[in-house]
Amino acid sequence: MNAAPEQPELPADIDADLLRRWLDTATSVIEREAARLTELDSPIGDADHGSNMRRGFLAARTAIGQEPPDTPGGVLVAVGRQLISTVGGASGPLYGTLLRRTGKALGDAPAVTAAQLRDGLKAGVEGLCQLGGAVPEDKTMVDALVPALDAFTAALDAGDGTAVALTAAARAAEEGAVATTPLRARKGRASYLGDRSIGHQDPGATSAALLLTALADTAREASSS
Amino acid sequence: MKMLINVPETVVPDALRGFAAVHTDLTVDVERRVIVRRGAPYDGQVGLVSGGGSGHEPLHGGFVGRGMLTAACPGEVFTSPVPDQMVRAAAAVDSGAGVLFIVKNYTGDVLNFDMAAELAEDEGVQVAKVLVNDDVAVTDSLYTAGRRGTGATLFVEKLAGAAADEGAPLDRVAAIAHQVNEVSRSFGVALSACSTPSKGGPTFDLPEGELELGVGIHGEPGRERRAMMTSGEIADVAVDAVVEDLRPDAPVLLLVNGMGATPLLELYGFAAEVHRVLAARKVAVARTLVGNYVTSLDMAGASVTICQADEELLRLWDAPVSTPALRWGC
Repeated sequence: MNAAPEQPELPADIDADLLRRWLDTATSVIEREAARLTELDSPIGDADHGSNMRRGFLAARTAIGQEPPDTPGGVLVAVGRQLISTVGGASGPLYGTLLRRTGKALGDAPAVTAAQLRDGLKAGVEGLCQLGGAVPEDKTMVDALVPALDAFTAALDAGDGTAVALTAAARAAEEGAVATTPLRARKGRASYLGDRSIGHQDPGATSAALLLTALADTAREASSS
Repeated sequence: MKMLINVPETVVPDALRGFAAVHTDLTVDVERRVIVRRGAPYDGQVGLVSGGGSGHEPLHGGFVGRGMLTAACPGEVFTSPVPDQMVRAAAAVDSGAGVLFIVKNYTGDVLNFDMAAELAEDEGVQVAKVLVNDDVAVTDSLYTAGRRGTGATLFVEKLAGAAADEGAPLDRVAAIAHQVNEVSRSFGVALSACSTPSKGGPTFDLPEGELELGVGIHGEPGRERRAMMTSGEIADVAVDAVVEDLRPDAPVLLLVNGMGATPLLELYGFAAEVHRVLAARKVAVARTLVGNYVTSLDMAGASVTICQADEELLRLWDAPVSTPALRWGC
């Protein structure tokens, strides 16, 4: 009889400081990529995803800088609230709900493990899907987030640490975003194009991949320092 | 692309500063982006709040005033406003008789207004919502986010606004708004793409010599592209689309709407063709409005909206209205 594989106990290495640094990195990445996101949004949306995300993340970074929450859950809830209050469009409520739900699931622990973050993200993605009504292959941010969660889970099950598991998640998100290209949009403004939405990468899936990549990069820097 | 702006980031607040300077009978909160009819809330009257992306002017700020909206929330260009704006607007116009949110069917508008309704209700404001989804060009609405809200928004705001001005209670004002949406249909055409300030150029590619049939108010493509047609041929397609969908059996209110860059000379010529096709279809026109009311920045083109009227809707249409963009009877 085989014993269940022993799971190594992962350290609670994701704290408020790490998520504040993620926010800094994410804001820089969104600023740098805003023009590309807007470019992706112009054939199938209305050419504003980059500028909307930039506005939201700049506001979130300012707000969190003024009143830094001291728990990882607190950081995510605060960022989510800022995005709802400043982004508008569909991205504001959707990203806002994703981050708020994730943050709420983390509770008020001063630090969490990668497995706890994964469970929190799962709750966040569920909240997002419920609000937006999207399922995989609708050509939305869900197409980046769901494979990312799966890859995150698989990496943790294989015993990988936080940075490695998040890197796997970010890579899956990026692949998921690229894989939206041949899909026909069924949600959001792109859905009105019908077949003409085919051949364009979804801007929401792309920004989701950027945010997860920023998280993986932050975690790698933390683990190597 | 040359634009009469300072920088793209401040286009909306810059316009609101102008709006505040010009329309002194409205209260314009430039920073928080809420436009309120001065004197609101009005005792016993239902408040009407609408909003959506900027770039569709005069929708919605231009329709705030007597007999129409009580408040409007302009979002960024082509981006829905945020819940904070709507909650603030609701609080500013609620006399205790409740507030009607008039929401165009776009994912962002729906999500933000839903969140706002929940928050406003937490603060003790009774909120009803009407979703405007009149665009017949969206044919497979089961597989999309549903039909878009376009020109019928003007009819919903005017007719429900007149009812609110008469002191009708919230359920009645909401019922009229729902009725107007049910009996209104629109179809739009684009002759050129529009340019958003943040992109600094056209948001889609529409070659010279082609037009887009069934376009949305953000330039979302519609049913098909064809070689450029005459005004009369376009009227045939647009009117057929709305009449086949609605099949009106009473005189209609008609909106011949410009998308922003089509001159009135062309719009009136188009209105003549629309009247011709409606007459051929045995549809009587009770009232017609021609002009740029639900625009798409600098897009050239037009849309046709019909609303099947009954005696009460006609009376509400003729009721006095005094807003920056629509004014009669007072």
